[in-house]
Amino acid sequence: MTVTRGDPPAGGTTADARPERGRRSHVPGEGSATAVAVEQARRAMLHDVRQRKRTRIGADVLMEALIRQGVDTMFSYPGGVILPIYDILGDYPEVRHILVRHEQGGAHAADGYARASGKVGVCMGTSGPGATNLVTGIGTAMLDSVPMVALTGNVASPLLGKDAFQEIDITGITLPMTKHNYLVRHADDIPRVVAEAFYIASHGRPGPVHVDFTKDALQQETRAQHPSEEEVMAGLPGFRPTIEGHPKQIKTAAREVAEAKRPLILAGHGILVANAEEALRAFAEKTQIPVAWSLLGIGAMDEDHPLAYGYMGMHGWKHVNRAIQSADLLIAIGMRFDDRVTGSVSTYAPYARIIHADIDPAEIGKNVAVEVPIVGDAKRVLEALTHAVHPVTREARAGYLDQLAAWREESEATSWHGSGRWREGVLTADLVVERIGELTSHVGTYVADVGQNQMWTARYTKFKRPNSHISSGGLGTMGYGVPAAMGAALGNPDAETWAIVGDGGFQMTSQELMTLVADRIPVKIAILDNKKLGMIRQWQEIVYAGNFHSSHLPGPDFCKLAEAYGMPGWKVSRPEDVDGAIRAAQATDGPALIWFETEEEQNVLPMMPAGKGLSDLIETWGGPEE
Amino acid sequence: MTPETAAHAAPPPRALPGSGEARRHALVVLVMDRPGVLNRVASLMRARNFNIDSLAVSRTDREHVSRMTITLHGDDVAVEQAAKQLYKLIDVLKVQDVTADQVVEHELALIKVRATDANRAEVIKIVELYKGRIVDIAPESVIVEATGTESEIDALVALTRSYGIKELVRTGAIVMLRGAGSIEEALKL
Repeated sequence: MTVTRGDPPAGGTTADARPERGRRSHVPGEGSATAVAVEQARRAMLHDVRQRKRTRIGADVLMEALIRQGVDTMFSYPGGVILPIYDILGDYPEVRHILVRHEQGGAHAADGYARASGKVGVCMGTSGPGATNLVTGIGTAMLDSVPMVALTGNVASPLLGKDAFQEIDITGITLPMTKHNYLVRHADDIPRVVAEAFYIASHGRPGPVHVDFTKDALQQETRAQHPSEEEVMAGLPGFRPTIEGHPKQIKTAAREVAEAKRPLILAGHGILVANAEEALRAFAEKTQIPVAWSLLGIGAMDEDHPLAYGYMGMHGWKHVNRAIQSADLLIAIGMRFDDRVTGSVSTYAPYARIIHADIDPAEIGKNVAVEVPIVGDAKRVLEALTHAVHPVTREARAGYLDQLAAWREESEATSWHGSGRWREGVLTADLVVERIGELTSHVGTYVADVGQNQMWTARYTKFKRPNSHISSGGLGTMGYGVPAAMGAALGNPDAETWAIVGDGGFQMTSQELMTLVADRIPVKIAILDNKKLGMIRQWQEIVYAGNFHSSHLPGPDFCKLAEAYGMPGWKVSRPEDVDGAIRAAQATDGPALIWFETEEEQNVLPMMPAGKGLSDLIETWGGPEE
Repeated sequence: MTPETAAHAAPPPRALPGSGEARRHALVVLVMDRPGVLNRVASLMRARNFNIDSLAVSRTDREHVSRMTITLHGDDVAVEQAAKQLYKLIDVLKVQDVTADQVVEHELALIKVRATDANRAEVIKIVELYKGRIVDIAPESVIVEATGTESEIDALVALTRSYGIKELVRTGAIVMLRGAGSIEEALKL
């Protein structure tokens, strides 16, 4: 192929055109192999060189690898450098491609899919902005230990580092917020890297793995074979998660349990990840120890179980936090003593010794010093513990359990919900959430956004099965709700899926309404619209002396918005209309939206103010003068 | 009687991990020799709020295995946390805190010291007393090469400072366990 450099300067003659002022090359280091490769890649970026013969290329190998991993759904958005994948995607009908409307929505959807199904979620975006748009979703998955493989394209390898069109150092960006990441420059490496990515994402403590492919890697022909799991493990000598708890530690823990008079189990997300719900119940029943849970531990135990005590932490139930503060032993399984759980560590659980079991050794001793550390999988550790402890009868613990029951009765009766203003005809958010739980028989999938809506969902929905509650806990990502619900509905199609979101978070990712409609994904959206950034407003009221700045948040007519996207919508402003609207949405075949205009200044109470401890809960708030 | 209503005094505050006394630690880190592994280690230490004092990296005699020596200051629990976080990196094979072990520890320094005809002999004599070596002589300066522990090199640097240091470069410490014990041999590859 020849390169045309344009005509010689006009008006010149061959006679007076000095050779050194003639045609010039602007190629740095022209003639070198690198320079030739850069030029070819640059041309290929503009015009895909020539019609490709249908041979097995890197993009094929990627799709083969995904299918081998059992991927049936991916959430993606096309772009220049991943066009080689879109060019062959039609040849792989095994994988359902959901065309999202923004890459962030794709990442959250993959996350919701993973949490609802227990499988690895897959999202994909192009280089540059496509990749950076995935970042918030990858970070969300990282902080909540969600297995995800995020795929991005990058510019052709000779162009790396040249600030080519839509080039960004995305592996540099995702490095600190993924479990591991890769940059693949050769098609031959794709089978190994993709297999490793899925293995790492789903083994040990789960997390997101990001794989960046150069465009030429996706286009090269290859005969590379897919590795077996043994070969994958052999290639990862630095990745050997500890599964079994150390027998000596189990024995020590069993002794602590036997001596405790006021023990309490703290169940975290690790229970759900390890499918340890049965093991947890067996251990709690054998020892008659009540169970409290963190935000992501919701669903670890059926809330109707007599030993299920409740949600703990900053906006947890008063009786649960009270039990923690008076416990003499905490048995923490698969949780990480986040600051939203402990508040001030120096005053946390002041009478308690702590047994802490987690599959990630770095979590033990990170936030809270513990007496009995156990590294291992939540299910294996619980099974070993159950085997090691002596049974305790309900009668033997009667004094303790009766007291906890009395605390619970008092706390529930005096809560916002118990004494709630919905009785007086005010539409409050807690009522909406409770009715959604009730009318779905508590067996749906409930995806919260972030903020007050998230706390109300956690407190009042009532959860009865694992993975029925999905929420961005660690990163606290507003805008998570709707796209994550989209993924959850596909990840667990048998469960009715509700997105319970605030008006603020909803407006961050509402473009995915179109995806829901286009792909007929039956998510029911409940917008709790207080026309505020509610949690910001609450903090401004209670912590910042009523200085309300930027927390009033006007929104659109949400029903008209839904209608514009082709989705039915209902508006509810009175408590008596709540059930009807929920039933109407349930009766809809496909997605639906309900706009709940709720009380504008409702707070989530109790609340542990920042920097305070679990004993310093604010239970009522009538204003600063009280 | 519940602790909450008990008459006994309030319990002491729960200890915060990592709030103990800081001291110097040396970590030996064996890593897979893969692109970006140095970036991963450095990025992790930065992101987890640990300050690296020195970092030395090289190949080992094992294929695909590189060895890093990291020195840092922190309390024992905080450094243990750093080590555990390093372990989470997929490319990290082994982390060992050798602070309490019997080790040989050395680093290499090059110091370009001002030296004229008037004091060159004096500079050379002092450097040699400290087991330094002169590796370059120019009309206005000499380059001193020194190996030793961090504190030995600190002492030599302090001594040459009065003549004027034009330039100083140090490799950072490398350490090895004394005796037959081997950090590498314990690797299961």
